[in-house]
Amino acid sequence: MNIQPFEPSHLLALAPEIVLVISAAVIMLADVNRGRERKRELGVVAALGFGAALVAALLFTLPGLTADGQFGGMIRNDTAAFAFRILFLFAGMVTALIATDSPVIGKEGEFFLVLTGSVIGMNFMALSTDLVMLYLSIEASSIALYALAGSLRESDKSAESGLKYFLFGAFTSTVLLYGFSLLYGFAGSTNLYEIGARLGEAGVGGVPTLPVILTLLTVVVGLGFKISAVPFHFWAPDVYEGAPTPITAFLSVASKAAGFAVLLRLLLTVFPGYAGIWTGIIAALALLTMTIGNLLAMQQRNIKRLLAYSSIAQAGYILLGLAAYYNLNTDGNVGGEHAIGAVVYYLGMYTLTNLVAFGVIILVSRITGSDEIADFSGLSRRSPGLALAMLVALLSLGGIPPLAGFFGKLYLFAAAAEANLLWLVVAGAINALLALYYYLIVIKVIYLGQPKDEATVPVSRPYVFALWVCSIGVILVGVLAGPFVQIAQAAGTNFLR
Amino acid sequence: MTFPFLSVITFAPLVAGLGILLLPPERKDVARATALVTAAFTVLLSGLLYFGYDQAAGGFQFVEDVAWIPQLGIRYHMGVDGFSLPMLLLTGIVLLTGVMISWGVEDRAREYMAFFLILSVGVFGVFAALDLFLFFFLLEIAVFPKFLMIVVWGYPKTREYGGMKLTLYLFLASLVALVGVLALYAALPAGARSFGLLDLAAANFSPELQRWVFPLIFGGFAIMGAIFPLHSWAPDGHVAAPTAISMMLAGVEMKIGMYAALRLGVYLLPEGAKFWAPVIVVFALVNVIYAAYIALIQKDFKYIIGFSSVSHMGLVMLGFATLNPLGLTGAGLQMFSHGVMTALFFSIVGMVYDRAHTRMLPELGGLMQRMPWAGIAFLVGGFTSMGMPGFSGFVAEIPIYLGLWQGVALDPINLPGFMTTAWFFPLAAVISALSIVITAAYILLAVRRVFFGQLPAQLAELPDVSALDKVALGLLSGLMIVVGLYPAIMAPLVESGLRPVLQALGGG
Repeated sequence: MNIQPFEPSHLLALAPEIVLVISAAVIMLADVNRGRERKRELGVVAALGFGAALVAALLFTLPGLTADGQFGGMIRNDTAAFAFRILFLFAGMVTALIATDSPVIGKEGEFFLVLTGSVIGMNFMALSTDLVMLYLSIEASSIALYALAGSLRESDKSAESGLKYFLFGAFTSTVLLYGFSLLYGFAGSTNLYEIGARLGEAGVGGVPTLPVILTLLTVVVGLGFKISAVPFHFWAPDVYEGAPTPITAFLSVASKAAGFAVLLRLLLTVFPGYAGIWTGIIAALALLTMTIGNLLAMQQRNIKRLLAYSSIAQAGYILLGLAAYYNLNTDGNVGGEHAIGAVVYYLGMYTLTNLVAFGVIILVSRITGSDEIADFSGLSRRSPGLALAMLVALLSLGGIPPLAGFFGKLYLFAAAAEANLLWLVVAGAINALLALYYYLIVIKVIYLGQPKDEATVPVSRPYVFALWVCSIGVILVGVLAGPFVQIAQAAGTNFLR
Repeated sequence: MTFPFLSVITFAPLVAGLGILLLPPERKDVARATALVTAAFTVLLSGLLYFGYDQAAGGFQFVEDVAWIPQLGIRYHMGVDGFSLPMLLLTGIVLLTGVMISWGVEDRAREYMAFFLILSVGVFGVFAALDLFLFFFLLEIAVFPKFLMIVVWGYPKTREYGGMKLTLYLFLASLVALVGVLALYAALPAGARSFGLLDLAAANFSPELQRWVFPLIFGGFAIMGAIFPLHSWAPDGHVAAPTAISMMLAGVEMKIGMYAALRLGVYLLPEGAKFWAPVIVVFALVNVIYAAYIALIQKDFKYIIGFSSVSHMGLVMLGFATLNPLGLTGAGLQMFSHGVMTALFFSIVGMVYDRAHTRMLPELGGLMQRMPWAGIAFLVGGFTSMGMPGFSGFVAEIPIYLGLWQGVALDPINLPGFMTTAWFFPLAAVISALSIVITAAYILLAVRRVFFGQLPAQLAELPDVSALDKVALGLLSGLMIVVGLYPAIMAPLVESGLRPVLQALGGG
């Protein structure tokens, strides 16, 4: 990578983040100046801010062919960063829209302010190519998320959720920081590319292999927490259940994707020479994560917990793609890009899908007052549109075409097959079967059950907009996958070199 | 590019289905009429292709080929040959008759018709897909309409269990096959990887690879065709389903399994097929005899038909296992013949149940007096099922037995000794022919206990079947007689479609 010292034109690469900072300021002012009854518009303001940042990202940060390290190598505005940035901004926008009507958080300016701050942190997680910058951005987004998870002040579960998330997060973050300090010790530099060049191949050169592997493990532990991989997943169900549902949605998609962005960046730029070792670790994690996630999800009666375990299982599928990276690259073919491309594609489509699912859950639990699966009984008779949206989301999670989940899984499996990881494909296929079972149970309740109450579920305009955009997105990304695969693979290529 | 017939056939039901969903719920008549017109349109169009196919030229015709996801070598590639055309026609006919006999459905009729049409999208497309990604894409589209239709409109006592069981078994089947297909995909050289059927057929995979992938692909699709011991989903699921879905699932979906077992299994992996053929014979024999026996001891009219399907699918598998022209052609004809026959059977069971509100044999009887059309059509189906000359079953089953008689273990290395002996295939032919006797027994028993004998008092005022029902019954029984009396309308076409498979096997 070509490191460039700072010049003013670099600021353009941060245009979306600058827009978000302005948007945060606007939210703060609006919060102070508006009366209590008009505060529900804050969510729309925040969503517009994310929308403006999306436009800015598309206008100013489309990456060129050569991506250089800007700000003296602190950040790198490449296709990978671009793809993840779009994903975070989109997830932020939808989260703001679906939080708008929430009884408590929808009226609080702080909520949307902190949400915006968290997205800024995530954007920098995708951009950073420097240990210090990376750690700061991870903390910036995480601390905001701890606060968001605990933001229902009346609810004990929310407080538990925030505290639990904070304690787990603080601990793993320390482990990660320790690993970073070791990396600096090995290389004498904080730039990821320089560290990668210094570490080189396993067993070759001046750096002894064993300490590097230990450092590698600290990275896997630290980020395994963020992506809720087994055995670092224990926080997820409780935090997901207790947090306000819009934040659960946001945690399950954006926070997970951000974790993967950093994991990919570190593994592929700092440890490419150790790929033979870490792909083995990742493959084992993938197997554990999807199997345990799915087995536990089958036993849930609460829809938020079910989706929490399902989201753990989904992380397992994504890890499967990452594990497929190594074997391919050694025989010099394009496969490495397939593996990483599949990971990026899956994260994107998973974001769309899960936002739809949580969007419907929020509406249903608002009128029934609880999150039990039984409360979805007869939803198709009350609100056929919402039932259809939930059907789209659940089938996409289950990997059924024409929805994006089908191609997402197939792409991951194909990459793994190319890497001769057929045993992992078999494990993934068995897991897909287990998962379909519990998604079908929810679908059955929605379509077969008798509604307790015939009234339609009230839905506001911003909400309908968000659900429509995401649902159609799930179908579109699944059917016309070509262009999205192209972006995902370009992102993969950028991670690789 | 010529007119995209195959895409139009495949996606017309999707467009119509989505259109029906947009109607106001009380316009049931419009929903039904739209479904009927769409189904008739697909029959017309597939009939047009059936008779427009140029047998002399052979190969895949009416081809559509567009790049879809180029990064993975995935194309939108469709085309039909002599093996898929009868299946396409069968799908259209089952769709049409299914709509006709579902005219009386009142509960959420709009959604019923829409989902039924959407279900057929995957079925039509699967028979035309020449890209394996497209194949699985279309195959799995059928998952949610079939699950929802069984669970929502099925037989209340078992629909939740039957629907879930059927859906999960079929999903398992496709996953097993998908793993096999991915193994083939990965075995292609990097840079030339593709999901194209023809690319994979030209790849000449090593015999070792073929031998271990074949059980995945053939076995996976054989589960979809209800192979023993993974067959129990078929009777349970088909009995739980509403009538039209039973017709579609037993009549056509099981054929997808068989169709793909041949096209993706035997055709792509001829060495694997040679290796495993005698093993298939053993499993298929169990299917044929065991399922027929279970059908014989059923008390539930619908379960008799459910198990009879399992038994007949065993015959198709036996035909495939012969790997010779006679057996394969017989299997191809049997797929069509059984599809029509089982659709007819399930429609009659549905008509009886809708009127009598029971399917238990002891509570039925003498229905010939009340619903003569159904009774006569059931007899026609029964004769087909038994393989009587003059009906399509004869044309299909006799070649299977003859082919089996001539069969030899083509790859005798590594097989258990008895499978390579000279008497193995002839013995299998004799045993499978025994199924004719058991079939005759359960069919005649059902005929006697449902349609003849004493009409119970509570059924004395049973209404006759409706005019549309009669049209559907006439159409289905007529087809079996036409193919039975004039096999030249189908046999040469099927033979032409099987020629590439036989070439891959090294014969023909």
